[in-house]
Amino acid sequence: MAGRALALTVAAALGLLTLGPLVMVLARAGGAAGLGPADWAAVRFTLLQAALSAGVSVALAIPVARALARRRFVGRGALIALLGAPFLLPVIVAVLGLLAVFGRAGLVNRGIEALGLPPVPIYGLHGVVLAHVFFNMPLAVRLILQGWFAIPAERFRLAATLGFGPSEVARHLERPMLREVVPGALAVVFVICLSSFAVALTLGGGPRATTVELAIYQALRFQFDLGRAAMLAAVQVGLCAAAVLAAGAFALPSGFGAGLDRAPVPLAPRGWRRLADGLAIAAAAAFLILPLGMVAARGLPGLFNLPAEVWPALGRSFAVALPSAVLSVGGAMTLALASPRFGLVATLPLAVSSLVLGTGLFLVAHPFVNPERLALAVTMLVNATLSLPFAYRILAPEARALQADFGRLAETLDLRGLARLRWLILPRLRRPLGFSLGVSAALAMGDLGVIALFADEGGATLPLLVQRLMGAYRMEQAAGAALVLVLASFSLFWLFDRGGRHASS
Amino acid sequence: MLHLDRLLIRQDDFQLFADWTVDEGERIAVIGPSGGGKSTLLMTLAGFIAPTQGRVLWRGEDLAPLGPGRRPMSILFQDQNLFPHLTLRQNLGLGLSPRLRLARNDEAKIATALDRVGLAGLAEARPGRLSGGQQGRAALARVLLQARPILLLDEPFAALGPALKAEMLALVASIATECRATVLLVTHDPGDAKAFAARTVLVADGEALAPRPTADLFADPPAALRAYLGG
Repeated sequence: MAGRALALTVAAALGLLTLGPLVMVLARAGGAAGLGPADWAAVRFTLLQAALSAGVSVALAIPVARALARRRFVGRGALIALLGAPFLLPVIVAVLGLLAVFGRAGLVNRGIEALGLPPVPIYGLHGVVLAHVFFNMPLAVRLILQGWFAIPAERFRLAATLGFGPSEVARHLERPMLREVVPGALAVVFVICLSSFAVALTLGGGPRATTVELAIYQALRFQFDLGRAAMLAAVQVGLCAAAVLAAGAFALPSGFGAGLDRAPVPLAPRGWRRLADGLAIAAAAAFLILPLGMVAARGLPGLFNLPAEVWPALGRSFAVALPSAVLSVGGAMTLALASPRFGLVATLPLAVSSLVLGTGLFLVAHPFVNPERLALAVTMLVNATLSLPFAYRILAPEARALQADFGRLAETLDLRGLARLRWLILPRLRRPLGFSLGVSAALAMGDLGVIALFADEGGATLPLLVQRLMGAYRMEQAAGAALVLVLASFSLFWLFDRGGRHASS
Repeated sequence: MLHLDRLLIRQDDFQLFADWTVDEGERIAVIGPSGGGKSTLLMTLAGFIAPTQGRVLWRGEDLAPLGPGRRPMSILFQDQNLFPHLTLRQNLGLGLSPRLRLARNDEAKIATALDRVGLAGLAEARPGRLSGGQQGRAALARVLLQARPILLLDEPFAALGPALKAEMLALVASIATECRATVLLVTHDPGDAKAFAARTVLVADGEALAPRPTADLFADPPAALRAYLGG
């Protein structure tokens, strides 16, 4: 069958793209000296910040999820939708927003100084954890919220007829659910934070706040020590693979699931709990909205003073994002339609990180060409590879339903190849295809990872340009460029997602 | 002639054996307890399941090399016989050309087929707008257009009420006569078999028994059929 041959080709390409760089990295690392003290410090810091980020994100997410589960208020749907936004938000934009709120001259420190106290610096471990909580607390809320809605309404009805108070509900219904959901949420956030690069690059750094991912970048970019970079990449692969395998026992991120609104309102206790829920919701909303608002507020004046490099950088970002999204979603769709057995291949990229793939591809390329010339192509390929698992998770259930419902009918009508694609697959998978294209495009648009490794002075994508402007303390221009970036990312997502929703009738 | 030549289907701990023939233009009912293998037999004939041993021959030709879309058969399943995102015209058109490249006289054929099953004027409707009975008619209209010599029906009207089902079976019978098609109808309702088929295949205890005249079979049912019918 043609579909099967195509799926095998995609699987082989994916295997080559993930395992090939790995082999290069391992081969090169074999000849290198062992880990030095600085490298061990990076490993320790990576584990520490990931554990702290996971713990804090989930601890804060529980009261927010509980409040969202049992309260109904104006704007609740919008807030739940907003929880999905950080996933698509370019990291560098969020960092700028967090700096505007928590940085040295930010809102919080100005308040502290007004009280006559010394400012709290943002750089270092707590800044890294803060940014990770900004990204992952919303994800954890969505995961835990799904757990809340998975408790059947009949249970809550039964609890009401038995006269349960809030503490009995917590004991008999909520805590058993949390015991099942929380380990998965912790694992997901931990895995995501393990390969943190852009956050560590901007808010960490220095010997005491360097992740392995950042150390790879420094080894390649500043020391041009290929052996050490390869060694660190091998360590990073070991960490990620171990964490993904350990997390495999739990749920992996499907944090943008729809249908969070069906369940009826469970028991909503009054009194101080109502106030506490209100506070949790308000604090979470402020934590998400304030930094974004600050990017907009600071970026607007910057829009009229944009450096000329912004537009070619934006063009390069589109040139990366669009083919990356098409490749990623096309590959994911091919695998999802062929057989559930390809699921394992589709999750393979979760075990590698942007900088690991980048290092491997750098090792492949640099004997033959100047890696700078490949910057955009490599960034595109790496992004397509890394977002494929997400696209697969969005498409796989729908593709399976499509085959179950219409596979046989299509066979008996001899509907195959392009005709099958045109008359069956595209129309029926339009929504998840649009959504996953939007997610992949936005992720690639905002990516600040492998591009930092390859790009020369003139070849930056927009996220890298924003980071460089920040590094040069041109903060107003950085904010303006960040605003352009976030508008471009969300527009891409919106256009694709909307294209999928509004089927031509 | 449709020849099931020492056909054996084995799946895990399930097995089914069949060795008999059906004449061209005959209408056969396939009856038996659920889980006995009625649908499995049909899916094997259609090419969705490869037999463990034996062959399916049509006019002396082994069908094994042909995929489901290339066999001389059209099939109606229990449900999902139409694509909900396509109009009736497109759904029917797929019976004429899988790439949906329709010539002018194809359009005329589609209109005639819709008219024949009482759905004239609904060419641009999508299946979601139709009742269950109308959807069955639309699927039959496509069968009419496909004009393949064998028609396999896997309880396609089980969800319809008795009167509607009888009407649909009558329509199948007249269409089959028109196309001179050989029909195999899987059903769990003895009434369907008696009304529709001159001969009936009983599927039970790992074997699809050679077709027997329907009236004889029900007048003197074997033990397996007695158990199935109850009383």
